[in-house]
Amino acid sequence: MTTAPTPAIDVPESFESRHLGPRPADLPGMLEAVGAVSLDALIDEIVPADIRLARPLALPPAETEAAYLRRLRGIAARNRVHRSCIGTGYYDTLTPAVIQRNVFENPGWYTPYTPYQAEIAQGRLEALLNFQTMVSDLCGTEVANASLLDEATAAAEAMALLARVHRNRAARTFIVSPRVFPQVRAVIEARAVPLGLTVRFEDPALAEIGSDVFGVYVQSPDDHGEVRDLRGLVARVHEAGALVAVGTDLLALAIVTPPGEAGADVVVGSAQRFGVPMGYGGPHAAFFATREQFVRQSPGRLIGVSVDARGRRAYRMALQTREQHIRREKATSNICTAQALLANMAGFYGVYHGPHGLRAIATRVHDQAVRLAQRLEDLGWQQTNAAYFDTIRLEGADADVADVRAAAEARGINFRYPEPGIIQISLDETITEADLADIAGAFEDRASREQAAAGLAPAGSAGPLPAGLARTSAFMTHPVFNAHHSETEMMRYIRSLERKDIGLDTAMIPLGSCTMKLNAAAEMMPVSWAEFSRIHPFAPAEQVAGYRHIFTELEGALAAITGLPGVSLQPNSGAQGEFAGLLVIQAYHRSRGEDHRRVALIPQSAHGTNPASASMAGLDVVIVACDARGNIDVDDLRAKATQHAGSLSCLMVTYPSTHGVFETRIREICAVVHEHGGQVYMDGANMNAQVGLTSPAAIGADVCHLNLHKTFAIPHGGGGPGMGPIAVAAHLRPFLPGHPLVETGGDRAIAPVAAAPWGSASILLISYGYLAMLGGEGSTAATRLAMLGANYIKARLEPHYPVLYAGASGRVAHELIFDLRPFKARTGIDEQDVAKRLMDYGFHAPTVSFPVPGTLMVEPTESEPLEELDRFCEAMIAIRAEIEAVATGAADPKDNVLKNAPHTAEDVSADEWTHPYSRQQAAYPVASLRHAKFWPPVSRIDNPFGDRNLMCACPPIEDYAG
Amino acid sequence: MYPSDLKYTKEHEWIRVQDGEAAVGITDFAQKQLGDVVFVELPDVGATVTQGQTFGNIESVKAVSELFAPVSGEVVAVNGDLATHPEQVNNTPHEAWMIRIRPSAPAELDSLLDADAYGELTK
Repeated sequence: MTTAPTPAIDVPESFESRHLGPRPADLPGMLEAVGAVSLDALIDEIVPADIRLARPLALPPAETEAAYLRRLRGIAARNRVHRSCIGTGYYDTLTPAVIQRNVFENPGWYTPYTPYQAEIAQGRLEALLNFQTMVSDLCGTEVANASLLDEATAAAEAMALLARVHRNRAARTFIVSPRVFPQVRAVIEARAVPLGLTVRFEDPALAEIGSDVFGVYVQSPDDHGEVRDLRGLVARVHEAGALVAVGTDLLALAIVTPPGEAGADVVVGSAQRFGVPMGYGGPHAAFFATREQFVRQSPGRLIGVSVDARGRRAYRMALQTREQHIRREKATSNICTAQALLANMAGFYGVYHGPHGLRAIATRVHDQAVRLAQRLEDLGWQQTNAAYFDTIRLEGADADVADVRAAAEARGINFRYPEPGIIQISLDETITEADLADIAGAFEDRASREQAAAGLAPAGSAGPLPAGLARTSAFMTHPVFNAHHSETEMMRYIRSLERKDIGLDTAMIPLGSCTMKLNAAAEMMPVSWAEFSRIHPFAPAEQVAGYRHIFTELEGALAAITGLPGVSLQPNSGAQGEFAGLLVIQAYHRSRGEDHRRVALIPQSAHGTNPASASMAGLDVVIVACDARGNIDVDDLRAKATQHAGSLSCLMVTYPSTHGVFETRIREICAVVHEHGGQVYMDGANMNAQVGLTSPAAIGADVCHLNLHKTFAIPHGGGGPGMGPIAVAAHLRPFLPGHPLVETGGDRAIAPVAAAPWGSASILLISYGYLAMLGGEGSTAATRLAMLGANYIKARLEPHYPVLYAGASGRVAHELIFDLRPFKARTGIDEQDVAKRLMDYGFHAPTVSFPVPGTLMVEPTESEPLEELDRFCEAMIAIRAEIEAVATGAADPKDNVLKNAPHTAEDVSADEWTHPYSRQQAAYPVASLRHAKFWPPVSRIDNPFGDRNLMCACPPIEDYAG
Repeated sequence: MYPSDLKYTKEHEWIRVQDGEAAVGITDFAQKQLGDVVFVELPDVGATVTQGQTFGNIESVKAVSELFAPVSGEVVAVNGDLATHPEQVNNTPHEAWMIRIRPSAPAELDSLLDADAYGELTK
């Protein structure tokens, strides 16, 4: 048995001592409470001996925060920040400082979870509703969702939606214009193949649209930068009985006729250039806008308006039944993650600039593009775009192009060179008149900046877009986009929303399966550095040596942690990691002539995303039973593996299980799958119980994804971003995903799953910093303390609440499930009542009704101090007494503190108080609340009302009066 | 107790036959399991349904369930009120019909449960 060292947490400057919650002095008491003689002994009881690592986790030695940041400065210097005119879906942008400081770099915005507990998420729900309203206004559509992962996946989702809603289920062909961004085309194709859809890359204006065609995808402004009048095309496609999705540019829509007005059925794109840094590929918010009639078939999260128990307006996530946690393999998508933090930044950018500001920015960018084109035409270049917004396309001799490239790069400017003899230049809001002169100067290299500037027509001389292309309709007329244009107003608006929400800056968020650990400031800060944030994802390799160095080291660390040598950092979320991993497995089977292996075995207890991903990868889902203790029924697994031996693709298994238990027969389970020709996919959602103690390779898995936003400290952003890299065994490494524009992935790479080669590259820095500062010992200590914390909560709360599952030794892993169903049967108090009552105690609820309906799943993580664990336990114990009062009849079965929770300040301070309990019992049930009280801004939200009366944009102004 | 003039499926639909047409809805037991119904997706008039196959979907705030045809036949009417008032399914489950079918194989009715048998099933 290995004995991992006890946490060395007495060195004040060590990051480990800052990351871990419990102090060394707390451990004896915690161990005594759980009844273990030592932490080693406890871990030995939890993690089965046959999967323990033989050696301590080997990572580079831990650095202090100061040493890490100093070293990272050196790495950052190896990235070269050029002025980016590459375009292709990514544009430099000026993040308003008030947004950068108060949103992007503010734990009040980046640490909260997805707003499932709507009553304590009203701030970011309002911000996301602003985003939806802004997007649907700009696109000219009826509704928009709360963002998707990136433009390419949004385009693929548009394809899937059109296939679902098309009347003719037999129509399986999708026509995609060749003038769509290459990374978008590649992802569309990757998603189409497993769904059995055929993609034809043809100009839709000329293509034959037969009855086999369900939809068409075009882009405007397109890959060349050309802006099209879409009306004729949309009419033609609709007449042929097919539907139309349009990729577009949000900034262009401030001055260009929106696709929705041309009749498009779906409009998608990226909101990146609305103040979200390029970050070498992400994270950014993609948008998805469509007709109201398609909303139930749409992917992603949708924020809606409802009312609370007092009739106040309140926001919530609407139509959640579309999502994979409910609909499993029949879900609209496997991904319901939004990019909430980035959507909120983009929404705030819209709020701050307003419609006039956006129009001014768009007009200036367009004006510069026109004047640049005029000048370059004077110099003898041929500009081939008939109409354009910000991008011009120039044809010239190869030698001239080479000269310009050399001159531009010498001046620190990147253009796009899509094919021989072509230069494309995309402008953006950061380009000053001096920059414009530099750009022009690259074409007449002997000219000084002043001489080049003199060749340009005066600013503002370009004139408008041609009639028919120019936008005539108003947009963003809602007061929220016309009220907060000074920094004082904006700062206060952001703050007014932030204080309505509970993030990790307020309290522990004990969400099981979500691993809400510390997102340390030192991990976060470098994401803002220009050397990381202002890098275009398709920048030349020689400008990104710093990023490449980090990728190599991070891949190495993740390989060491998982025991799987091949790593792809591309997938943008856990669900996308699952999809990528399954495609890799299928590519492997195909390489062996076993393409017929299409059955995915998935345990009953799996997260709904597993079957949804399997279904998207074209696999048939076969469910494996669980036994009474919640473990995989190995006999059933063996029977099903045998039954499907000829067609078995894989097993998808979460480890430790979604029930928070290390199943002791896991090696046997994986061996059964291998014996029958299948691969083992391990869902890495619960890696926080594995790091340094066991590994996916040790249990026998071939592939796993890693939720970097759980175990590896990327913040949840209030509902995104996330990252879901995959790690694979050597035999699968050749198939790791590639990219059409940047060399990456295996030598027999599958198509990309994300728009950018390394996904949301900039936030990889956070996980990199986490591992660099903790090292092997520190990250192992984190795992051990996470399990101690969960077992401590078990010990304290088990006398009060039944714990649903535990391992053979009676221990849980890093999370545990409390069963509230017995109370509901006796008292009518259910899991929702307890979840909402916890808000009155200042807590975000644990995970509600997952993986078992009627339960709460608690995961404390290693970052929570003992005092906070105790505060949570005290709240739960006090709530248990409140339930008991209902049981004994001491409290009214309907009018009680639980059913009426949460209680707002307005309700508790009202002149009239009619409840049979006191105001103090309502708002200050325990003394510790006196020095820190969080007031929920609304009372219990009416969910059915919101879904029956769907409203997904900012409510009209008259509603604000009430 | 379940109305004795209705027949039932094991999937918790009821069917009421009158004048050669059969109205179909979901039972009180089913609506309680689902909770607050927010949306009912139904086929178009003229569609053909097959016994035991799905003819639509019903959604509550936290669950979604398929609707199964108790008998085969042609859909002759769809209850449009449910589009704006899905809560009728909760309030009056045995009145809130979803579709009317003209049965093509009336003998299929014999395979359905009566009120007592359905009551047993849901005990």
